[in-house]
Amino acid sequence: MNLDRLRPAILPVAAVVVALTIGAVIVAVDGSSPLGAATAIWVAAFSGPDAIGATLEKATPLVFAGLAVIVGVKAGLFNIGAQGQLLVGAITSAYAGYRFAGLSPLVHLPLCLLIGVVFGALPAWLAGVLRAKRGVHEVIVTIMLNTIIFNLTDWLAGGPWMEPGQVISRTPPIVGSARMGRVAGLPTGFVLAMLVTVAVWFMLEHTTFGFRLATVGANRHAAHYAGISVGAVTVAAMTLSGALAGLGGAVESLGVVGRFEPGFNAGLGFDGITIALLARVSPRAVVPAALFIGALRASSSELQAGAHVAPAIVDVVLGVALLLVAAPLLLRWLLRMPPSLSTAEVQFTRGWGS
Amino acid sequence: MSDSEEQPGADVVLEVRGLTKRFGPVVADSEVTLQLRRGEVLALLGENGAGKSTLVKMLVGLLRPDAGEIRIGGDVVRLRSPRDAIGRGIAVVHQHFQLVPVMTVAENVVLGAEPTRRGLFDHRKAAAEVRALSQRFGLAVEPDAVVQDLPIGMQQRVEIIKALYRGAEILILDEPTAVLTPVETDELLRIVAELAERGVGIIFITHKLREVMNGTDRVVVLRDGRVVGDVATADTDEAGLAALMVGRPVVLHVDKEPATPGATVLEIRGLEVDDDRGRLAVRGLDLDVRAGEILGIAGVQDNGQRELVEAICAMRPRRAGTVVLAGREVEGLDVRALHDLGVAHIPEDRDKHGLVGGYFVAENLVLNRFDQAPFSRWGRRDFAAIQRWARQLIADFDVRTPSVYARTDALSGGNKQKVVVARELSRESVLLVAAQPTRGVDVGSIEFIHQQLVAARDRGVAVLLVSAELEELFALSDRIAVIREGRVAAVLDAKSATRETVGLIMAGAAGH
Amino acid sequence: MRPAWVRRRPPPALGVAAALLVAAFLAYAIWGFRAAAVAGFAVRSCTPLALAAMCGILCERTGVINIGIEGQMLLGAFAGFFGAAAFGVVFGVLAAAIIGALGGAFLAVCAVSWRVDQIIAGAVINIVAMGFTTFFYRPGFVIGSLPTWQIPLLADLPLLGPIFFRAQPLAFLTFAVVIGLQVTLFRTTWGLRTTAVGEHPGAADTVGVNVARYRYGNVMLGGALAGLAGAMLSVEITGSFDRAMTAGRGFLALAIVIMGRWRPMLAWTAALLFGLLSGLVNQLNFDQVIDVPPQFVAMVPYGTTIVVLAVFSTRVRPPAAAGRPYP
Repeated sequence: MNLDRLRPAILPVAAVVVALTIGAVIVAVDGSSPLGAATAIWVAAFSGPDAIGATLEKATPLVFAGLAVIVGVKAGLFNIGAQGQLLVGAITSAYAGYRFAGLSPLVHLPLCLLIGVVFGALPAWLAGVLRAKRGVHEVIVTIMLNTIIFNLTDWLAGGPWMEPGQVISRTPPIVGSARMGRVAGLPTGFVLAMLVTVAVWFMLEHTTFGFRLATVGANRHAAHYAGISVGAVTVAAMTLSGALAGLGGAVESLGVVGRFEPGFNAGLGFDGITIALLARVSPRAVVPAALFIGALRASSSELQAGAHVAPAIVDVVLGVALLLVAAPLLLRWLLRMPPSLSTAEVQFTRGWGS
Repeated sequence: MSDSEEQPGADVVLEVRGLTKRFGPVVADSEVTLQLRRGEVLALLGENGAGKSTLVKMLVGLLRPDAGEIRIGGDVVRLRSPRDAIGRGIAVVHQHFQLVPVMTVAENVVLGAEPTRRGLFDHRKAAAEVRALSQRFGLAVEPDAVVQDLPIGMQQRVEIIKALYRGAEILILDEPTAVLTPVETDELLRIVAELAERGVGIIFITHKLREVMNGTDRVVVLRDGRVVGDVATADTDEAGLAALMVGRPVVLHVDKEPATPGATVLEIRGLEVDDDRGRLAVRGLDLDVRAGEILGIAGVQDNGQRELVEAICAMRPRRAGTVVLAGREVEGLDVRALHDLGVAHIPEDRDKHGLVGGYFVAENLVLNRFDQAPFSRWGRRDFAAIQRWARQLIADFDVRTPSVYARTDALSGGNKQKVVVARELSRESVLLVAAQPTRGVDVGSIEFIHQQLVAARDRGVAVLLVSAELEELFALSDRIAVIREGRVAAVLDAKSATRETVGLIMAGAAGH
Repeated sequence: MRPAWVRRRPPPALGVAAALLVAAFLAYAIWGFRAAAVAGFAVRSCTPLALAAMCGILCERTGVINIGIEGQMLLGAFAGFFGAAAFGVVFGVLAAAIIGALGGAFLAVCAVSWRVDQIIAGAVINIVAMGFTTFFYRPGFVIGSLPTWQIPLLADLPLLGPIFFRAQPLAFLTFAVVIGLQVTLFRTTWGLRTTAVGEHPGAADTVGVNVARYRYGNVMLGGALAGLAGAMLSVEITGSFDRAMTAGRGFLALAIVIMGRWRPMLAWTAALLFGLLSGLVNQLNFDQVIDVPPQFVAMVPYGTTIVVLAVFSTRVRPPAAAGRPYP
């Protein structure tokens, strides 16, 4: 009934449609059938309970990654390190998942999730502190931390925490008491993701903490004037962002992969950026955006095997969609849409300085 | 340039005919017509929002007129960019200097038209040219000084040299005295006379009548985008100009009863505060403000006013000294704690500090109380309460906004300022710190805000008023403290003090 | 008299470089070939970084933050390799420069004409570059190698000869670009105007310097350099292309720009210090003096960056207008 509420969705949906079209053209130029690719995506992502379950599982960490980026952006921070924080959450929760065997599921699973949250928050906290106290730009620090964390987890999974007697670098499997199964066919992790989404939305829209965060993001000087501690909010926002990413990693390990294996979580953090932008930095739109990307991701093997299309086409499509959302003028021009003043574009860079 | 024997005003160098500019439904300039003669100093007088800035932007190619024409030396010209304007000999010294702070005077002057030697930038030649120009016009500017180390008055001269270097024959000075000390202002007027003597046509934009009377040959008055007067300066007086400018006789007089000051609310002793670059800006300042009085702070810009205000409101750490509020040392308290003790603060820059432009009016009305009852409970915001409160304030303070859910940056300057004033005056306070409370605000809003400040005083609030406008200080203050180089140079009774005395103390001339 | 914007930025790269040189010769005198190996490794590994950092310097000095250097390098590496496979190495190198410049053009369009957030625009370049180079990658190609040139006489110098005067074309190009930028930025009209555009675009604009043109030009030129840095990895050094082969070097280059205080020679010195540190750890590992897993060796430059920035960041001042759209 109230179509105005859907207005903000026009641009991202248009971007996705255009991107999918361009993807189809690329597939065709590359010598494969776009129809075959579309069928493969349908079959792999939506054709039955198993396919839908797989899509939901793929979407789950993406929801967390998207929320992590959004919480940062609201406070004027670009957490490009969700990738690394997710890895930390994934490996620490996996470690707790195989190491602390023998606990009751009621204790073990929450403990593992908590460990993922805390350790995921750690690097983000560091970036927040460096930003607040030393004025080091969070983009640089989190990128550096991404590489450091990647190497660290690679070393852990191939060294101290490696499954004994195996040649592949990976941790032992997580024991049953820490695994996240399904509830009524829905992956538990996805249910958790929905709950957390609502919580983040509530926090941002309805709490004084959310107002502090948004005020710092919108005008740091006014926040300072209004008695909001810009430094404290910066650290808190980064930490929360990292905690969300870490939780995403933990859910991925405990619910989907069943252990930590390097390479399994590649690119999730960057998909988080794509989701945040597709969702126009609104938590309410994170779930649909994550489902869309999750569906594409879930179909990668079917694309390869069924349609003989390199799964990286998904990255191409997402890249184009992101590009169109980031540069709305381009899309408006492409689609002959009138320029609009009401839909504010995302803008939060203040340069390198503090 | 040397034929100054010629009768000034003989040949027209710049002519504007029927120039009109609209922004949507708003007409910024309507059918503006004026002439500037060689060697003439023409005052362009008008209130904020009268259309002066828009006119200047059209003259230097930053805006295109919707109708009308600009003639230079008799030829109709189309100016598409500042480069076009410079090519035609029109240069402007903006209010905000267009100088690169990290570069030297010489580099700034020659930028865009640099001397070169064997393909490389010829720094020596640039410095020599600047020195020559500086000497010819008596500007005393050192070419190798770095701009960010220079005082404001000197930076302004760099802008003038920049214009001269480019061979400007028409020089537009946009509110040039707003940032100057009285002594620097006199110096500038001398320089302007010197330039005119050598044949430069000068448009001197201002809203200060005194300067018009002292330093210009002719006055064009703008009001609501129209020319409402074009007279020789000698044939008019301040009262006549003021009436033209405002459209009615000006009442800068504020009706107020004599103050009945009570106990000392704010007591500052030996305060030292650093500025943003870590240099001492407030240097051992002492000040008392009593309940029920307005203490005005007079002073040339950048003499420590901003740092003083921010230190009082805990937005800036102090290096030394004591600040006692209602008998209590406030050392270590943060912005919010002071707020809760009853310190209200109208910040100098409403867009930077006072408001979040992207927020609804309602949210800005509770910007520093969002986490207090009734606006939130248990960390959850109560939008209904916020909305009720906002409606109340909008009515009480006559904020013209389409709704409480309008974006604040869509409001006019005067209404934005009313939002800040409403927020700060709508609660119990013991001390009100008002910095430039009417800067960039229309006349109607100025009167309203002035009344509110006096009403606060009459309720027993101690008011500390910082203003760059002497008129405002004299109209409102009960006592005036003159600040110079981070210290209070004198405290005068507003009734007996004269503008001249205050001006002299500001400039450091008198033996205070 | 040196121009102000040179004079006011200590410390001089020359002093650091001289100290490095003395230390290198001392080390060479004491440890001989081991020191030479470390120095050689340092220069080889830092050269692509240095070239990429020149991209960052060009962009940021003109007021555009480019976090898409990584993506531009990856595109350059890709185009360089497959261009070389199809039409020869010279074509490959040219293709790398062109595609890098196109990446720069995209950033410039976003940042200058469309006023898109610059960090998002850069992130888009990275994500798109990753997607495209993975999708279009085909295994099984081989390419010819670039020649190794040496400068007569100088190449025979002890220690320095093999490092600086016997190298492949893109390495020589990097040396030339670094020195050339140092001269042009601080001694020419173009450099003065670039500085003005990055510090105070309004001032530049009002005296007739075309801010948009300078930004487009410099960002595209920077993109071409980043593309060449990518080609250096694929065509010149390894002779192969791998998915994500830039491995974060583009990001490291950004940090080097900050540590080099937006000055070419100083940035090169910073890159060299990184290289030396990695080379030293490598060599010590190789000689079994220490036993550090390779992953930790890989972390060295990144960890160092964080520490260095945490210590020095409050003392550096970026170009005032970097990251801000104009007008």
